[in-house]
Amino acid sequence: MDVFVQQLINGLTLGSIYGLIAIGYTMVFGIIGMVNFAHGDVFMVSSFIALIGFLILTTWLGVSSIALAFLIVLVVSMVLTALWGWAIERVAYRPLRGSFRLAPLISAIGVSIFLSNFVQVAQGARNKPLPPMLSGGITLFETDGFQVFLSYKQCLIMAVTAVLLTGFWYLVQRTPFGRAQRACEQDRKMAALLGIDVDRTISLTFVLGAALAAVAGVLYLMYYGVVSFSDGFVPGVKAFTAAVLGGIGSLPGAVLGGLIIGLIETFWSAYFSIEYKDVAAFSILAVVLIFMPSGILGRAEVEKV
Amino acid sequence: MSVAGINVLVEETRALAAEKAGVRKTLLSVRGVSTYYGSVAALRGVDLDVTEGEIVTLIGANGAGKSTLMMTIFGAPQAREGTITYDGREITRLPTHEIARLAIAQSPEGRRVFPRMSVHENLQMGAALHNGQYFAQDLERVCALFPRLKERLTQRAGTMSGGEQQMLAIARALMSRPRLLLLDEPSLGLAPLVVKGIFDAVRDLNRRDGMTIFLVEQNAYHALKLAHRGYVLVNGRITMSGTGRALLADPAIKAAYLEGGHGAPVEA
Ligand SMILES: Nc1ncnc2c1ncn2[C@@H]1O[C@H](COP(=O)(O)OP(=O)(O)OP(=O)(O)O)[C@@H](O)[C@H]1O
Ligand SMILES: [Mg+2]
Repeated sequence: MDVFVQQLINGLTLGSIYGLIAIGYTMVFGIIGMVNFAHGDVFMVSSFIALIGFLILTTWLGVSSIALAFLIVLVVSMVLTALWGWAIERVAYRPLRGSFRLAPLISAIGVSIFLSNFVQVAQGARNKPLPPMLSGGITLFETDGFQVFLSYKQCLIMAVTAVLLTGFWYLVQRTPFGRAQRACEQDRKMAALLGIDVDRTISLTFVLGAALAAVAGVLYLMYYGVVSFSDGFVPGVKAFTAAVLGGIGSLPGAVLGGLIIGLIETFWSAYFSIEYKDVAAFSILAVVLIFMPSGILGRAEVEKV
Repeated sequence: MSVAGINVLVEETRALAAEKAGVRKTLLSVRGVSTYYGSVAALRGVDLDVTEGEIVTLIGANGAGKSTLMMTIFGAPQAREGTITYDGREITRLPTHEIARLAIAQSPEGRRVFPRMSVHENLQMGAALHNGQYFAQDLERVCALFPRLKERLTQRAGTMSGGEQQMLAIARALMSRPRLLLLDEPSLGLAPLVVKGIFDAVRDLNRRDGMTIFLVEQNAYHALKLAHRGYVLVNGRITMSGTGRALLADPAIKAAYLEGGHGAPVEA
């Protein structure tokens, strides 16, 4: 029971991060029908931006309030990463629109390799640590000497995720931009006939996806305390798995899939073997793709006009 | 309304249009337009004019290129040759969304409502260019035109019947407050009574609100009765044009489009 609750907390924390990344995959797939393989690396870049931001703020500028530093880093990282997302779409995907189907996919793999190599060259290949911040937490209860512990970091991660997802949900469901975004997803040509600038809407979709990945990147860095240039790949694939599991194209599906993947990963590590935790996620991807290609909340058939 | 009643209305409309024809200007002008899908020509040098305040109809067999012309006016696909002018401005190479911003609206072939949005949201999309400025009053207006929509504002558009979706597609086009409304086969697959309702609505929009309407129809009889002028498209070429009445009386048109099931008159 105690171990179970502890893993539940850990799994939901991790799942929040995967869910935030998964939204970027699912939105881009929804609107232009392509898997943005560079999205995991965009997430990794945002972690580095956060790391640099934290170091500048705490060691050079002497900002002592962790809350203030966190807020500044979060905003800066979201803005800069969003710019990356925008630029990638502009440079690597838009010119290929209307080309054969695999072209943007290949381009995405190219961008992914470029980003991780760029960070490797610019930042070095070693793990980059973040000085510990925001330690401590609450002991929820204790049985037989086993403490069920909720760290402040975990609280922060879940709270930030919940707040941002709520805001994001509002944006997509209730604002004119969100409506235009969904319209482009359902019928791009019709949206254009109604005066919607489809290219701009696609750009903004990349911007939003990247900004949410940046939130995940900041939280990931705080949670694990280290980041390396290769950290885009595995979390990226897991988040992609989450998007597929939840039903690619579905926003609630992405979040649900993220939480499920996070939970499976932590429970797998706790009860079976920590070494094979990544295998668990990838096996799920394979199984879902074979037996349930439209995912949990996905649409049975993809209507493309 | 009886057919005789409709006839009287149509006559009145025609008289009105003729009276003002001298002062009215050409709103849409298509000159020598050719459109290709790959290397196959779908339109070959089409010339066509729509004058402000008119109902103009385009009739033609399946695959003649009617929908292609409607979409070419919106730049999707763009004309390879020729020019399209709207309100004195050339729009041939403008992107689709910028053409829509010039107050041209289209209810396209196949309705194309957003299936996973509510009726209300579909209408909001129609009004997207006005930032909600006239939304409340325009919503009332289109609901008065199609009372069916009012009862179904929260329904997902994809779950509505074909006729309801057609009404929604027209209503959505109206929400943008167009000067020029393009309707591509608004009567396709609808029951005669619904067709009549839609044609009545089109006439009202033209007469009461002065909206200019360019109508593509399979239902040639009704379309020609309703329209001030008509064009006949065959294999991507305009082969005939004239007043609705003249075309209706033309033996070639009668043989090709009016007999043998193509919208033969349905006595009400
Ligand atoms: N996207 C496309 N790609 C290739 N060919 C097309 C495309 N759309 C239309 N065509 C071809 O162009 C020609 C004209 O088609 P269009 O849809 O304009 O005809 P239409 O007059 O609207 O016919 P209908 O009365 O059946 O609606 C047809 O031969 C059609 O096969
Ligand atoms: Mg057609």
